[in-house]
Amino acid sequence: MTRVIKYIFYDILRTRFILLYTVFLLVSTFAMFQLDSDTGKVVLSLLNIILIVVPLISVVFTTIHFYNSYEFIELMLAQPVNRSVIFLGEYLSVAISLCSACLVGIGVPALLFGADERAITLLFTGVTLTLVFVSLAFLASVLTRDKAKAIGIALLFWFYFSLIYDGLLLWVVFSFSDYPLEKVTLALIALNPVDLARIIMLLKLDIAALMGYTGAFYKDFFGSHAGIIFSTSILVIWIIVPLMAASRIFSKKDL
Amino acid sequence: MNHLQSNPMILFNNVCKNFGKLKALDDINLELNAGKSYALVGPNGSGKTTLIKSLLGLVVPTTGEILFDKKSIANDWKYRKKIGYMPQIGRYPDNMTIGQLVDMMKNIRGDEDHEKVDEELIDAFKLYKIYEKRMHTLSGGTRQKVSAALAFLFNAPVLILDEPTAGLDPVSVEILKEKILHEKRRGKLLLISSHILNDLEELATEVVYIFEGKVHFNNTIESLKMETNEKRLGKAIATFIRQKELLASINQ
Amino acid sequence: MNAILLSVLLSAAPLVLLSKTIVVSRDGEVNSLKKAISIAAPGDTLLVKPGIYREGNLLVNKSIVILGEGLPVLDGENKYEILTINANDVTISGLKFIDTGTASITDIAAISVSDAKGIKIIGNTFQDTFFGIHFSNTTQSLIESNQLESDATAEQEIGNGIHLWKCENITINNNVIKGHRDGIYFEFATHCLITNNRSERNLRYGLHFMFSHNDEYRNNFFVDNGAGVSVMYTKGVKMINNTFKHNWGSSSYGLLLKEISDSFVTGNRFLENSIGIYMEGSSRIELTDNLFYRNGYAVKLQASCDGNTFTHNNFSSNTFDIATNGNLVLNTINSNYWDRYEGYDLNKDNIGDIPYRPVSMYSMVVERMPTAVLLWRSFLVFLMDRAEKAIPVLTPENLKDESPSIKPYDLI
Repeated sequence: MTRVIKYIFYDILRTRFILLYTVFLLVSTFAMFQLDSDTGKVVLSLLNIILIVVPLISVVFTTIHFYNSYEFIELMLAQPVNRSVIFLGEYLSVAISLCSACLVGIGVPALLFGADERAITLLFTGVTLTLVFVSLAFLASVLTRDKAKAIGIALLFWFYFSLIYDGLLLWVVFSFSDYPLEKVTLALIALNPVDLARIIMLLKLDIAALMGYTGAFYKDFFGSHAGIIFSTSILVIWIIVPLMAASRIFSKKDL
Repeated sequence: MNHLQSNPMILFNNVCKNFGKLKALDDINLELNAGKSYALVGPNGSGKTTLIKSLLGLVVPTTGEILFDKKSIANDWKYRKKIGYMPQIGRYPDNMTIGQLVDMMKNIRGDEDHEKVDEELIDAFKLYKIYEKRMHTLSGGTRQKVSAALAFLFNAPVLILDEPTAGLDPVSVEILKEKILHEKRRGKLLLISSHILNDLEELATEVVYIFEGKVHFNNTIESLKMETNEKRLGKAIATFIRQKELLASINQ
Repeated sequence: MNAILLSVLLSAAPLVLLSKTIVVSRDGEVNSLKKAISIAAPGDTLLVKPGIYREGNLLVNKSIVILGEGLPVLDGENKYEILTINANDVTISGLKFIDTGTASITDIAAISVSDAKGIKIIGNTFQDTFFGIHFSNTTQSLIESNQLESDATAEQEIGNGIHLWKCENITINNNVIKGHRDGIYFEFATHCLITNNRSERNLRYGLHFMFSHNDEYRNNFFVDNGAGVSVMYTKGVKMINNTFKHNWGSSSYGLLLKEISDSFVTGNRFLENSIGIYMEGSSRIELTDNLFYRNGYAVKLQASCDGNTFTHNNFSSNTFDIATNGNLVLNTINSNYWDRYEGYDLNKDNIGDIPYRPVSMYSMVVERMPTAVLLWRSFLVFLMDRAEKAIPVLTPENLKDESPSIKPYDLI
């Protein structure tokens, strides 16, 4: 496994994309810290990057990488190498590269400018969302042979979770605004990793106070042990389930 | 069942593969024995490559099973240690150099016995001279040379060569043929698909003819020639097909 | 204030000539306050030496001065109201009151004053008292430079720091009140002057008043109170140069104005409150020269408000500038500075050439459907707010600042 991962890593690093991505994150984070001395506000601005840019980059990079590695995968599969090793190797390499880009790009400036619990939660959500969207992108990649189609599906995942889903959620809230919706929306939030990450982050930012009763309810819930276990396991499920599905499809996929 | 007695190295049991509505492999039953050399022939799209890929596990059969050394290859990968494979179109990571590719293959496959690698073709094709070239800069012919060199690199007891001579210059064809014959003499199982039947006649002793996903003939080249009363393999196959068609129309 | 002092002096004048000083000391001839009060004549001064005095409830029914030396302690032993005053012209100074009793029905206080005038409570310390200073039906008095601190954790465990009921002409100056239910509580207290106080970490409100007309609040500091400052059902209030800081919580305000009319809110600073000012049913309030900085909502203006004017205020780094729940525009918002203003000033007169709309679309959505707040900071909301800026649909068309200032005003 390590030998396979080594070559995939080598291949990823050679494209320099990860390097560019890291530099992009570094520059934006540094700029934000420099422009605003209030860590809380910087964390809020960074939240936008984490919620929108990080998932987008993750799906696009993963899908393109998967198709660019098709030859490599084909070559490897004719060799005495386990299919799931190849698949996991690809996943781990992509996930580790993207996560370290995120950790370095956001974490290093945050450390230099004084990291607190909020910055650490931010990094946690960044890494988690990266893992979730890499999983989803792998699923998109094994669903079809066509690169353009796969990128399309992957982008659709991104678009759905960052925009369409929230539109539907708003519609639900609007249609049933006469009912107590806290528990329902909590469940609906859990069905979207981006929303879940956003809520966890907002609660850490002490902005729940502005969120009225809903905010208080969420703060109580996510502040409790059960809430922490719940949200973490939901996010882990969001990583594992698409990955397992992708792995199953890949194990039966014809090359 | 006579193949139990003969103890084949590779056995296809009722293997079917559908791509959507297309039946690429239609109930294939085939045994391939150690020490023999098989020519896999058939028209374009008859299922040759699918058959080879399913043997390698690249394509997963819809039904049926493939046994390698009496063990099913489904979800197995270790059996591929015993296979050297030369694909019809060698596709390699674009940014790797030939040298890196060879090193990587050695790294991944050559586990315990490094000294056993067989670099004869690398030398013969003078690939070491262009070790620094990246894969995407190579011509089709050079790629084929690389594919061939990699297939023979690990001294595998089973060699699967998909159109090995296609795109090679005459000198290289001869080098490769020499190498194949050499391995054949060493008692390896060879499965060679090619359109160039004259090449096969020299390299193979057995012929497997598949058409529309079915095996229509599996015997020695000699017996095919005797059956059809032809002297050359190409003619023999052509006659065999005509006889078959005739038989089919009579039956109808 | 001078008038009050003068009147206090004049009323006490005839007594001063005859007054004597009684020394109270634990090991002296007069070893209890009870004894001292009983032997004192109006106009006398009781000089209390250091020590702990546990005398249950003391009734002060004469116009005397009780003066502590070296902060003697009057201990209520968690049972008693300590001083009950029902005479005029009593001065209490330099004492430390600790551990009064608690009750859920009666208002037990360290110092309870009723039906009196000319009372002065100066430079005392209160620690863990249920109510600190409790005035009822009292006029022309002074509460100055006292320190009140309790550490209750629930509202029902504790009373108010300074509590006034039906009072008039009271001056409350330079006190520090911490950890009570309400820091300063007024009900029917009129014509009072509240200056330079610091009300901090009180469980409910830093300042709370109802039906207390014509009071003036200057230079006070309200910080970290459970629900900020709440003022209701009052007219003629002046709130000037106060600071409302870090009143943060889901039902917390810097300043809650409910049914307030004909008042001034000028030169105040609203810093880091979840809602800077919450206005409900309020009319004809002039809000000028205030600073709103880093609040969740700088101003929440309910539709029940009318005739209020916002001018010359600075709004910066607030999450929402102004939120409202209606489309009626009955208030005037003009010539303020908004850090979010994206307009331009071609003629360089420091007034933006296009109006500023301080109400964001998303805040309107949340007003109508509070649950929608959970979409806050999502990409969707970002896009919706942008779209609304281009083509206003939900936000009140006329709620806008026609002449926004390009530069922040130079406020204190």
